[in-house]
Amino acid sequence: MDLLEFARGPALQVAAYILVAGVIWRLVGIIFLKEKPEFSEPRKPGGLLAALKVIYTRSFTAHPFKRATLYPKMLAYVLHIGFFAVIFLFVPHIVFFEGFLGFDWPGLPNNVIYFAGVAAVVAGIALLVRRLTNPVLKLISNFDDYFSWFVTLLPIVTGLIMPVRMGVRYETLLAIHILSVAVLMIWLPFGKLGHTFLVFVTRGTTGMVFERRGAKT
Amino acid sequence: MKTIPTLGEILQAQGVSRRGFMKYCAATASLLALPPAMVPRIANALEQARRPSVIWLSFQECTGCTESLTRSSSPTLEGLIFDSISLDYHHTLQAASGDAAEAARHAAMQENMGQYLVLVDGSIPMGNPGFSTIAGISNYDMLMETVDGAAAVVAIGSCAAFGGIPGANPNPTGAVSVQDLVKDKPIVNVPGCPPIPMVITAVLAQFLTFGQLPELDIHGRPTAFFGQTIHDRCYRRPFYEQGRFAETFDDEGARKGWCLFKLGCKGPITYNACATVKWNAGTSFPIESGHPCLGCSEPGFWDKGGFYAPLSTGKFGSGEKLAGAAVAGVALGAAAAVAGRRRQAKYTKEG
Repeated sequence: MDLLEFARGPALQVAAYILVAGVIWRLVGIIFLKEKPEFSEPRKPGGLLAALKVIYTRSFTAHPFKRATLYPKMLAYVLHIGFFAVIFLFVPHIVFFEGFLGFDWPGLPNNVIYFAGVAAVVAGIALLVRRLTNPVLKLISNFDDYFSWFVTLLPIVTGLIMPVRMGVRYETLLAIHILSVAVLMIWLPFGKLGHTFLVFVTRGTTGMVFERRGAKT
Repeated sequence: MKTIPTLGEILQAQGVSRRGFMKYCAATASLLALPPAMVPRIANALEQARRPSVIWLSFQECTGCTESLTRSSSPTLEGLIFDSISLDYHHTLQAASGDAAEAARHAAMQENMGQYLVLVDGSIPMGNPGFSTIAGISNYDMLMETVDGAAAVVAIGSCAAFGGIPGANPNPTGAVSVQDLVKDKPIVNVPGCPPIPMVITAVLAQFLTFGQLPELDIHGRPTAFFGQTIHDRCYRRPFYEQGRFAETFDDEGARKGWCLFKLGCKGPITYNACATVKWNAGTSFPIESGHPCLGCSEPGFWDKGGFYAPLSTGKFGSGEKLAGAAVAGVALGAAAAVAGRRRQAKYTKEG
């Protein structure tokens, strides 16, 4: 078994098992926690609508912080949109998803994907520089922050190198790319990258709790 | 004393013009990525070269490699060059059979000890010597005996180079490649199912010209022919970059000649010269005929997940295992929730 066969086969399989088990573990563990006791009469019901409202409103910065957070927020959007385009709109990736979903969707030309990938990497680097140079951010950063950044950018970088080659054989680069994706899949449920599947759960919960307590959302 | 004619004399006798011969030399130099200044040297060396003795051994194979070479088109210049080597043993092509054929092999080995080339097509069964024999001799015994006095070995086709189809899972005969068994001789792998005839003759031409074998890649293949992927040189590559793909063999994309990646093309990981040298006297190659590359010049090409499965398809194994992982996740999550509830109850009580 060569490196590519290992990456496409056992490595991806184990990563998929860990990803599925890990995500469900985290979600079930959180969803079935006991609700916090109410120490005062709820002002409002705090139902699904309250959750949906905060899921939407927290996508934008509150007015007083708009100026202060414009730069990192912009970078974060570039990183996330670029990452999304690279993962879900690159045709070979769509074929990968079609392999187990059974359906496909239209992709984008490779040049657009390369641009999105480069933009995501640049934004990611800028965010890291900010994290390292901002004293407060640096103080509250831990291993999880840096490792999550690393495993997120690694698949994009290894993917972007593939058309360039840089003297390395294509199948080796492809194997490294798939292995980097496997590392991302394994880490995703456990670190801060868990926000991939928890972001709307936590926002929704916040919305419901805040509304019950009468806070403005 | 018997005078052995040079290749130049043989080609002249066969009516090959000087211009045609020089064209072949230039093409060979180009294929081998040699500078134009080397063309006269190749021509001179080939003209002066004596017919080298070649012993061709066929083991577990389909004769496709021999077919590829002999039926390339008739007659090709490379075919004539090939005729001009002293093919002393090839049990598909030679008239002699049985003991007479084996006697010819032994005679060629003794007369050219240390100088002859051994060309092998087909894999060697190691499960049982009786799986494949020639004149009662097992393939293994014949290979080891013949290569003992050889200058070099050329493994022709994917079966000889990597085990090929006989070596495919579950490999019932225990088939192995030449390089799995021969460790003390220079080996050149010319894989393909079958390999391109021009590549075979160019390897021989290089050996005749420079007295040495070509530069090889990690799989023992000449880098001049196997240095780039089919995808690198594919005329459909622009469609790949534009995101235009044939979805089925008879859809609009297929008719318009769009990229065959979604139909399982292995071009991106297949190193061969099909897209440049092409087949049938430069007529076309499989992708040009509308079929995805099977990756036949790569090790283990038969077992790489299906010819028509796109390259980026993951091999996740069975759905049952993924479902098992999901069940394990639910169990772990439930246990975590129970533990969390206990902690919550404790804190609320301590409140």
